Amino acid sequence: MAERETKPDPKGKSLPASDDGPGAAGWIAKSDFQSFLDRLVALGYRTIGPTLIQGAIGYDEIRQVDDLPKGWTEHQSAGSYRLVRRDDDAWFGFNLGPHSWKRYLFPPQQTVAKAIKRDDGWQLDDVEDAEPPFAFLGVRACELAAILVQDRVFLNEHHSDPIYRRRRENALLIAVNCTQAAETCFCTSMGTGPRCVVAFDLALTETELGFTVEIGSPRGASVLAGLPIREAAPAECAEAASARQQAEDQISKRLDTTDIRELLLGNLDHPQWDDVAERCLSCTNCTMVCPTCFCHSVEEVSDLDGGQVDRVRQWDSCFNARFSYMNGGLVRGDVRSRYRQWLTHKLAGWIDQFDTSGCVGCGRCITWCPVGIDLTAEVAAIREVPK
Amino acid sequence: MPAKPRLAVVKFASCDGCQLSLLSLEDELLRLAGKIEVAYFLEATSRIEPGPYDVVLVEGSITTADDATRIQQLRRAAKYLITIGACATAGGIQALKNWADSEEYLRAVYARPDYIRTLATSTAIADHVAVDFELRGCPINKHQLLEVLRSLLAGCQPRTPTYSVCVECKRRGSVCVMVAHGTPCLGPVTQAGCGAICPAYDRGCYGCFGPSDQPNLVPLTDHLRSIGMTPEQVVNSLRGFSGYAGEFRRESERLVESIGTIATGVGAAAVEPDVADSSGEWGDGQPGGDPK
Amino acid sequence: MTPSANPVAVAANPWLARPATIESITREFTDVSTYHLRFADPEIDSAYRFRAGQFNMLYVPGVGEVAIGVSTGGPGRPTEDGPPTWDHTVRLAGQVTAALDRLGIGGSLGVRGPYGEPWPLDSCAGDEILLVAGGTGLASLRAAVYELLAHRDRFPRVRLLYGARTADGLLYTSEYDAWTAAGMEIDTTVDRGSPGWQGHVGVVTQLLTRLRPWDPERTSLWCCGPEVMMRFAVRAALARGLPKERVWVSMERNMQCAVGLCGHCQFGPEMICKSGPVYRFDRIERYLNVEGL
Repeated sequence: MAERETKPDPKGKSLPASDDGPGAAGWIAKSDFQSFLDRLVALGYRTIGPTLIQGAIGYDEIRQVDDLPKGWTEHQSAGSYRLVRRDDDAWFGFNLGPHSWKRYLFPPQQTVAKAIKRDDGWQLDDVEDAEPPFAFLGVRACELAAILVQDRVFLNEHHSDPIYRRRRENALLIAVNCTQAAETCFCTSMGTGPRCVVAFDLALTETELGFTVEIGSPRGASVLAGLPIREAAPAECAEAASARQQAEDQISKRLDTTDIRELLLGNLDHPQWDDVAERCLSCTNCTMVCPTCFCHSVEEVSDLDGGQVDRVRQWDSCFNARFSYMNGGLVRGDVRSRYRQWLTHKLAGWIDQFDTSGCVGCGRCITWCPVGIDLTAEVAAIREVPK
Repeated sequence: MPAKPRLAVVKFASCDGCQLSLLSLEDELLRLAGKIEVAYFLEATSRIEPGPYDVVLVEGSITTADDATRIQQLRRAAKYLITIGACATAGGIQALKNWADSEEYLRAVYARPDYIRTLATSTAIADHVAVDFELRGCPINKHQLLEVLRSLLAGCQPRTPTYSVCVECKRRGSVCVMVAHGTPCLGPVTQAGCGAICPAYDRGCYGCFGPSDQPNLVPLTDHLRSIGMTPEQVVNSLRGFSGYAGEFRRESERLVESIGTIATGVGAAAVEPDVADSSGEWGDGQPGGDPK
Repeated sequence: MTPSANPVAVAANPWLARPATIESITREFTDVSTYHLRFADPEIDSAYRFRAGQFNMLYVPGVGEVAIGVSTGGPGRPTEDGPPTWDHTVRLAGQVTAALDRLGIGGSLGVRGPYGEPWPLDSCAGDEILLVAGGTGLASLRAAVYELLAHRDRFPRVRLLYGARTADGLLYTSEYDAWTAAGMEIDTTVDRGSPGWQGHVGVVTQLLTRLRPWDPERTSLWCCGPEVMMRFAVRAALARGLPKERVWVSMERNMQCAVGLCGHCQFGPEMICKSGPVYRFDRIERYLNVEGL
């Protein structure tokens, strides 16, 4: 893939990452980590991080270190996720669950405008988003990349989404480097990980007794002020580096992105689309768990009199038949055209529209597809016998 | 639509649960009462006013010859006829008898089957008369019912989603029970509207709202079999409250055909899939219990 | 025009429309009407500008929005009896258009826009302009007609080939005399003749094939109508030697947010609300023949 497709937004707010080589990183003991969480609360942040939800590791409010999924990990493969006990007590010893940060920056349901009927016609009103600033704890490298991708969608040069903008600008991104990889991970193919290098305020790497801390922005630095953080010792840096290397070494899945735009847009009539249409449920799960998918619809929700209307934005999906409704018919009236729409948009059209791939290699769409369709395999099949 | 349209709520073969959704509107019900005249609603009032009615909400399926006649009369008395609930839109759970021997059912249930006069089938209202709008569910969702009534008052066509339960499930933030627990779930092929309640409580979707728009049943039933359900269990899971609806019916009949005979006699339909683990859920679908 | 120059489009919230009123309605035919709108706020109404080929989102609260091309006769072009209204020719097709129909004169609605890429008036200066329209597709070209006719010095020849199913499906017939007087050559055709119709019977492509004189070196083709009609018309023009780079088409998909945020109007790698609706043909040619894109 061309470099321009994955490099972070140069206008992004983050400073270049410091390395956590000897002398360059801080270190915080796990025994002091609660003071860090307390600090975030004191600064007015609502901290969201990984926690056990319904037999998986999802994202929700974190107040205590015990809210973290200590000692848990997951086994992921196409169409399957299982929460399993680790043989140690690692706090971040897992990769990704079904949730992504987009649910906080681009909420699944949100009133975006209001209309009130007055005697002299409609009064059309803006809405205020009152959500307090978020601190995202445990953002992985691919997820940082996903946030940068959604920045390009929602903060484009002509129009920006005010709710996204406000939440994004206020959010504190506390990244955590992966120390292992799932079978479904392919960030290395997309150039997005596993190492966190951009877009974070702070980046942590877990070691047995604590975390190395890299500072990515002045805001990140100011959050740390007064906390019990010392310079990392060489042995701690080495332990962190080795843990990160383990993640990189474990990544086995690949997506060959060579000329992928032309490969897909030049094969819109490939028989593989018929093949995948036999397997795809068109259920939308891949788009819902995708950290970059942004398609939505706005519903008119009015009271019984019709005099008060909330315009409610909801996550929608190109897999929904009615999504392509036009003039009394459906443009994409079968599963074949809808799967093709999703994959070609994600991996090809996105490049035209946003100057980046829409895929960050997180593998959620593979794991959370109920029937285990793997986009990397679909692309490979098209590449195998291009038309 | 007149300034204060006259409403009738009429019951056929059903449990009354969907009518109760109207009563459970609570706050909105009072405001609704100011906008419509309730002319016939036995669940709420014994006062009966004769037709014609502007709006008739029909609950229940057609299971007797009398009802087959009555629905024709009702259609003539109704300006807008709207069916509510799985019984009215798909024949309901009682449509199980469509695949069985109705006489055998009668003998199994009633001490004096000769007292009972019933058709051999339970069918949707739309199989008998023209229906202006169908509101799915078992029971229907009260917010959707309100949307239907609001739309009628505003003079426009009600809009209810036709996409899958998965959309509501993921918006809600629930974890996919099929992927994470191996629990069989009809969510990917079932129409949304319930708010994806069951997966939020770690249960698979039972398909109450019937098939979603352009569902792809075959890969789902293939998958259910691959995670440990027998063909009979897959058939029985499809033959639930909306089992006689379109694609659900066709797929269960296709499966029956592909596997030959299947136990569909009395009691068979009530059998839950047997892959359950000790928790009594539909199971993690992992024979042997190995997490991977 | 940069988007930021427009007081309506710059609303920080892309979903926030501006209140407007239906000042009058022209019933074009049974299921097509032109709504003459005015913004409720006089300041916005006088500052509003658009370019021919762009569209607005018309919003009926409680029902929804619909993307409609602005067909006012040229930006800021005063009508005989005062300042211009913002005209939108709408075919009754769904819930929102039905709701518009019910509003009637004096009805209140919301408007936001303008959005999208306009017809290439600047880059085609000096060319002979050939407009080819089908059915209500002429609505998207009406504003362009007035622009072209107001600048005859830049456009030596302006021709319109226009086809509809039947004679009473031809839009804006009352304006043809004025257009002709201003120097436009108009040729119309209908798919099905009717008593009293003395013009061509057949598809608009036939007019294009027979068009004389024909100078493919100096002609630019602007085409708007049903996708299948555009495909055939463009094919006929290319067969007569017109280079692809001198052909523009106006595409339609389900535009909802109109600012490239919602994803509904995807067409191959294009989002029609943002990079369209007007495209130079060669940019989208490869996608036009793909079923279900």
